[in-house]
Amino acid sequence: MSAAVAAHSEAGLEMPVYNEAVVRKFVIAAMFWAIVAFLVGVTIAAELCWPNISMGLPFLNFGRLRPVHTSAAIFAFGGNALFATSLYVVQRTCRTRLFGGDALADFIFWGYNFFIVMAALSYVMGYSRSQEYAEPEWHIIAFLVIVWVAYAVVFIGTLLLRQEPHIYVANWFYLAYIITIAILVLGNNAELPVSFYQAKSYSLYTGVQGAMIQWWYGHNAVGFFLTAAFLGMMYYFVPKQANRPVYSYRLSVVHFWSLIFLYMWAGPHHLHWTSLPDWTQTLGMAFSIMLWMPSWGGMINGLMTLSGAWDKLRTDPALRFSVTAVGFYGMSTFEGPVMSIRDVNALSHYTDWTIGHVHSGALGWVAFISFGAMYYLVPVLWKRSGLYSTRLVSWHYWIATLGIVLYITTMWVAGIMQGLMWRAYDQFGFLQYSFVESVVAVHPYYVIRLLGGVLFLIGGLIMAYNLIMTVRSSRTEPVAAELPAGIAVAGA
Amino acid sequence: MPTKVEKDTFSGRDTTGHEWDGLKELNTPLPKWWLYVLAATVVWGVALLVLYPSIPYGPGHTNGLLGYSTRARVDADVKALIAQRAVFMDKIAALPVEKVKADPQLDAMALTAGRIAFANNCQPCHGAGGGGRPGYPNLASDVWRWGGTLAQIERTITHGVRSGDPDAHVSQMPRFGADAMLKPEQIQQVADYVWTLYGNQAASASVAAGKQVFADNCAVCHGDNAQGNHDVGTPPLRSRVHLFANTRDEIVAQINNPRMGVMPAWNKRLDPATIRSLAIYVHSLGGGE
Repeated sequence: MSAAVAAHSEAGLEMPVYNEAVVRKFVIAAMFWAIVAFLVGVTIAAELCWPNISMGLPFLNFGRLRPVHTSAAIFAFGGNALFATSLYVVQRTCRTRLFGGDALADFIFWGYNFFIVMAALSYVMGYSRSQEYAEPEWHIIAFLVIVWVAYAVVFIGTLLLRQEPHIYVANWFYLAYIITIAILVLGNNAELPVSFYQAKSYSLYTGVQGAMIQWWYGHNAVGFFLTAAFLGMMYYFVPKQANRPVYSYRLSVVHFWSLIFLYMWAGPHHLHWTSLPDWTQTLGMAFSIMLWMPSWGGMINGLMTLSGAWDKLRTDPALRFSVTAVGFYGMSTFEGPVMSIRDVNALSHYTDWTIGHVHSGALGWVAFISFGAMYYLVPVLWKRSGLYSTRLVSWHYWIATLGIVLYITTMWVAGIMQGLMWRAYDQFGFLQYSFVESVVAVHPYYVIRLLGGVLFLIGGLIMAYNLIMTVRSSRTEPVAAELPAGIAVAGA
Repeated sequence: MPTKVEKDTFSGRDTTGHEWDGLKELNTPLPKWWLYVLAATVVWGVALLVLYPSIPYGPGHTNGLLGYSTRARVDADVKALIAQRAVFMDKIAALPVEKVKADPQLDAMALTAGRIAFANNCQPCHGAGGGGRPGYPNLASDVWRWGGTLAQIERTITHGVRSGDPDAHVSQMPRFGADAMLKPEQIQQVADYVWTLYGNQAASASVAAGKQVFADNCAVCHGDNAQGNHDVGTPPLRSRVHLFANTRDEIVAQINNPRMGVMPAWNKRLDPATIRSLAIYVHSLGGGE
């Protein structure tokens, strides 16, 4: 029995035994795929610096490895981290074992990771729908839909069987993510297979409508997979690690509903200055600007939950990850609305600024909040008294943070430089630079970006080593249960 | 668990009275600044919807108070740019290419316009500075297929090579091996002869025989001295710069089943003044005749 369960048992409440086995599997998979994602990222960053290192091998080609990197980072690492935490959090905060039985939970684990392997293999073999973040062909997506429905059944079933009168805020975000991702995947993958035996299909949408549907999907994958779901993670693990009550329930209600309502409309900002009609672009820009404060509501709730517990950052490097993640979240959810303004976008579109933006979100927010959660979860799930080494967590933190800073600052500089070079005219009205000259100009920044990626990978390896050693250690005393500091213990 | 509102001693706020796995929530009101900034962004967003094309209805959409159109804006930008360039480009368009070259000011302007047009349009095949790549001619040498004078370069850029344009340069080298026009040993002999033209050594008997084969079959296009002929696009073989055949094996392959390149007709993408500027730029790269 875990610590929290023990605490409840002492209070005389009926306690279920949670399904932690499936959570442990998802944590292991998340750690594994994190290393894969970082390694492939480093590989393609190196290919951008020195294209010939792919040695002409088709399966090492940048075009095939890039979706392996993005899918491994978002869906494999991020996805497994979300499965692990959502299935952990929903049990704890509903005080009930997962609905549907252990076999169904295991099916979700093996099914989802089979989907990941199938997708990655199909990319390196050259199969792709050629839509960003939606590359798997129809048969792989059809299988994913089955897995996702099972996930929704388990999650919603557990919510319905909950032993608590209210649904905790983290579960709102997880539920919004599960439902919306289902809608997005079904909507964007409306397509006709060439034949039942061929991994090739044609989308039902063509031309600019196809582009619009793709970025409705793509932007909301960012919004609901990488934002809402990880906010769910934050709403459980930050107050847990800080041992403080959530700053504002009211803010969580308002920012939840405003976030999920506004996000849905912001996709057209990916298609500024294209053949997408002006009216659609304006709508996308207006909703993106209005999205700023709803996004920041999560940051305020995350950071202000620390008030009264800031001193813990000195002693708990895992909490440092979670809090830094919230900081990066705030930064990139401000940067996003800025970049959605049509005239800012005129400079930033198609440049590496976009790459920097997405990585300040992916590395700074998604990866860091997951690292914080995993450092918290592993000792709890494997019933260890603590991590093998908090010093290694600190090393991981500083190395990875330096990596992110190198990555995003060089991409800002490179991106803004590209944007300025592409629009530079001389006094006679001729372009001042050719495209190739802008490629040459960003080369040094690409090398520094690669260095940032290598640092992030080294941090990931340190983490994997630390977690493996934690599991292998023999210290099995349970973690002492604590109630939020500053609040009188019920009944005392 | 029954609702039990408690007071947080640190912030002085009440909790909502709920608890999940030890987690509680404070009932803190919305931060004022957050609410005000949210209101400001909503005002901003609504203003955008009023000022710009935004709300769709039935067959159309609102056009906004500003009458904004991205397409109109791009058109205006392009017109302004063309007007700015026209100061010199109109003069370049009005004169034959040799006259443009002879006017120092127009020559300098053509080199400026030609450099960037070359870098964005020609460099992907012909390489930086026209250095050439395997299968794509080097433009910085004095080896020319279709001629290296200003007028000849301009014509080649305008209409292309085997491009489908009615005035394109078109020529075809016969498949001497694949169509059995020459015997295999004749091909080896003529290859030996051509190999010596490259500045290499080969068996003298074979070279002598190859020279005769060349005179009978190849000289009509490549010239008696293998000096090439701009009228039919044959390159000089007595040279060290070659497009497809740099080794003896490649010479044999080229005689057997020749490779022939294609260059687009740029009159479909570039205006005459830009093409003229490109001709002057390419002419200046080192090989202009």
